[in-house]
Amino acid sequence: MASGEVNIVWLQAGGCTGCSVSFLNAIHPSAPDLLIEQFLPGTHLSLSYHPTLMAGQGEGALQVFDQLPDGDFVLALEGSIPRKEHFCTIGEVNGREITVTEKFLDLADRASLMLGVGTCAAFGGIPAGCPNPGGYRAAGVVMEENGIETPLVHVPGCPPHPDWINTTILEYLSTGGDVALDPLGRPEIIYGQLIHENCQRRPYFDEGKFAEKPGDPECLHKVGCKGPITYADCPLREWNDGLNWCVKAGGPCQGCTQPEFIEEATPIYQELAEDRLPKIGEQAKVGGTDE
Amino acid sequence: MSKITIDPVTRIEGHLRVEVEQEDGRVTRASCGGTMARGLELIFGGRDPRDIPILAQRICGVCPQAHATAAAMAMDDAFGLADRIPPNGVLLRDIMLGANFLQSHILHFYHLAALDYVDVTAARGYQGSDPDLQSVAGFIDRGALAPFVPRYEGDYRLSREQNIAGVKHYVRALGVRRNCHEMLALFGGKMPHQCTVSVGGVTTQVTRDNIAAALSYVREVAAFIRECYLPDILMLAGAYADGLERGRGCSRFLCYGVFSEEGLFPAGLLEPGADEPAAIDADLITEDVKNSYYADDSNGLHPAVGRTEPQEDKPGAYSWLKAPRYDGKPCEVGPMARMLVGYKAGSAEIRQAVDGLCESAGIEVAALNSTLGRHAARALEAELIARKMQDWILALQPGEPCVLKVEVPDEGAGAGLTDAPRGSLGHWVTIEDGKVANYQAVVPTTWNGSPRDAQDVPGPIEQAIEGESIRDVDNPLEVVRTIRSFDPCLACSVHVARRKGDWNTVLPV
Repeated sequence: MASGEVNIVWLQAGGCTGCSVSFLNAIHPSAPDLLIEQFLPGTHLSLSYHPTLMAGQGEGALQVFDQLPDGDFVLALEGSIPRKEHFCTIGEVNGREITVTEKFLDLADRASLMLGVGTCAAFGGIPAGCPNPGGYRAAGVVMEENGIETPLVHVPGCPPHPDWINTTILEYLSTGGDVALDPLGRPEIIYGQLIHENCQRRPYFDEGKFAEKPGDPECLHKVGCKGPITYADCPLREWNDGLNWCVKAGGPCQGCTQPEFIEEATPIYQELAEDRLPKIGEQAKVGGTDE
Repeated sequence: MSKITIDPVTRIEGHLRVEVEQEDGRVTRASCGGTMARGLELIFGGRDPRDIPILAQRICGVCPQAHATAAAMAMDDAFGLADRIPPNGVLLRDIMLGANFLQSHILHFYHLAALDYVDVTAARGYQGSDPDLQSVAGFIDRGALAPFVPRYEGDYRLSREQNIAGVKHYVRALGVRRNCHEMLALFGGKMPHQCTVSVGGVTTQVTRDNIAAALSYVREVAAFIRECYLPDILMLAGAYADGLERGRGCSRFLCYGVFSEEGLFPAGLLEPGADEPAAIDADLITEDVKNSYYADDSNGLHPAVGRTEPQEDKPGAYSWLKAPRYDGKPCEVGPMARMLVGYKAGSAEIRQAVDGLCESAGIEVAALNSTLGRHAARALEAELIARKMQDWILALQPGEPCVLKVEVPDEGAGAGLTDAPRGSLGHWVTIEDGKVANYQAVVPTTWNGSPRDAQDVPGPIEQAIEGESIRDVDNPLEVVRTIRSFDPCLACSVHVARRKGDWNTVLPV
């Protein structure tokens, strides 16, 4: 699948559509570049299924699934998958309700690549927060339980930066699938370094100058910043046309690209324990920090 | 009689199923159901109350700002700070919410609703010099037409020139809605899901360069609304004039009021045929569950004491949405409700906007209560907000405080009532032992998309579809146009309440 029409099937499970909206915030390449133009010369992303954007509806929309070429499409999952299947259904075919769990398993098995877009799909995220009423779980957990071995790449974030999604697809297409991943299945090119390593407020941390309350200009460590446990390039890339990002604006990093989000990344405004502060340069560990 | 099931209803936020029964091309019964639940309010239980304005945004990625605002207001109330928020904090909340209104309205009209009216394939063979249209024509020639095809076929009435203008604006609007998020991120860090709106204000600093940048953004957006959005509404009103007669809902309109500028979007309840809106008594809001997947013994409770037990196999139930009622009756919420309540309450800005549009379109004010009228009200509201935001941005004071230093109270209770892009939004919180003991959100699409209530009275969307005539049952465009005119947002509207201590027994993981 190096060139031509790259089929993208975007499935929404237990989520908020924030990842889709973030995807539309892309600039270079822009949303029209992605939806209409060619992504690379000769390569066009064909968004075959996307519940928020597609013209089709009802049973006609679901028929798209039957026409997909096996082994030749990318499945992008937004949201996590409920163990209680009735918590999320995505349509009806011949009078029968289709659960997202059932359709995810079918598509994940047939796809050439499974992208876990956002922290819900990658790690469980918000719906999997205590007490997890729907029994929501990460895509990878559900795939492993069902013996699905399709390559899986995580693009976490709540939501992910649009560049993270596009860069991952681009890396995948350009390398023939050989994307360098960290131990949590995230592309190293994006998630290779801690927020804390590149933060503009880092000199304040080193000098022990700390904000008394969120919004103050100094280091936000004492008001709960999760930058020291969070892997992402926010301080370098910045958000929304490179204008700003959480810490620069005055809000502590919430750790939203991490499996710790949300249980071990909250309370948001509570200082991280000393033993969770990082050794700079160390890679992310499976399961997050040592706890 | 036959049944038409539209599942999924796409180009909305979230998971919606609509079933209609029709006889000789006329809808005799409609049922509207939400098909996804996460139980977010349960998840909010037991947490640090300061976290909720941040976490509540995850109710919805399209209108996160409204949830942050309502949650922050509920917490301000519960912390006893509601009248002490610094002026910069109040203005920033308004500006950030306004930016999200603009983003949401433009996204809704161009990228969610317009494909029911505009035929993208009309750009086939375009020979002109516009780069966006050349790009679309090239796309059509390559032959893979997703996500614009498949679609319902048939009733597309615009001329080729009008369709081409519509396609051009679809593409341009992708950039404009993105700019709205950039404007918001100047103060919020990032969007979706900014990180600065919190109890006590907004945790950022106002600088002159951000004021200038925000002003530049909002002027560009305002120009787009004037040059494209409003004229496109008039274009649809010309070609699809029956859209001004279709889709009348329950005709009872509710607005909690939004933005701190006095009298701009006033609160009120407008009964059918009333000359002026009545004041709102929030104690009259209750939620029914007879046709919802929740145990019947929680029927008819006020949200502040709401008790909910999910029962996913409940016989006869067809929605994860509850049925909110005001004084026992369904209410429509949203831009059209805000415009009509404001008009009847005498808001000068709203009167001027509505009268101007009605004169241009040659219609009566009452015609706003319709499928296309909802779109028109949304566009008018966008124009008004983009204009007022320029004043709010200029009122910001660089260097002045934006947030209070806050301490979590041991006990407290609060409510945050405001309006989201899609309609009236209420958050209710109870704090015990410094933690969230109970959390409830009653959101716009729970009002509009509600199932039948305890008396089997249909919800506003159901009422708007019932009686609708359908030309072609295989392509029921009339039904989906009316559903979309409400701008449904389903992730918001499915919610599960909790009372302290009972979640493990009610909801085994």
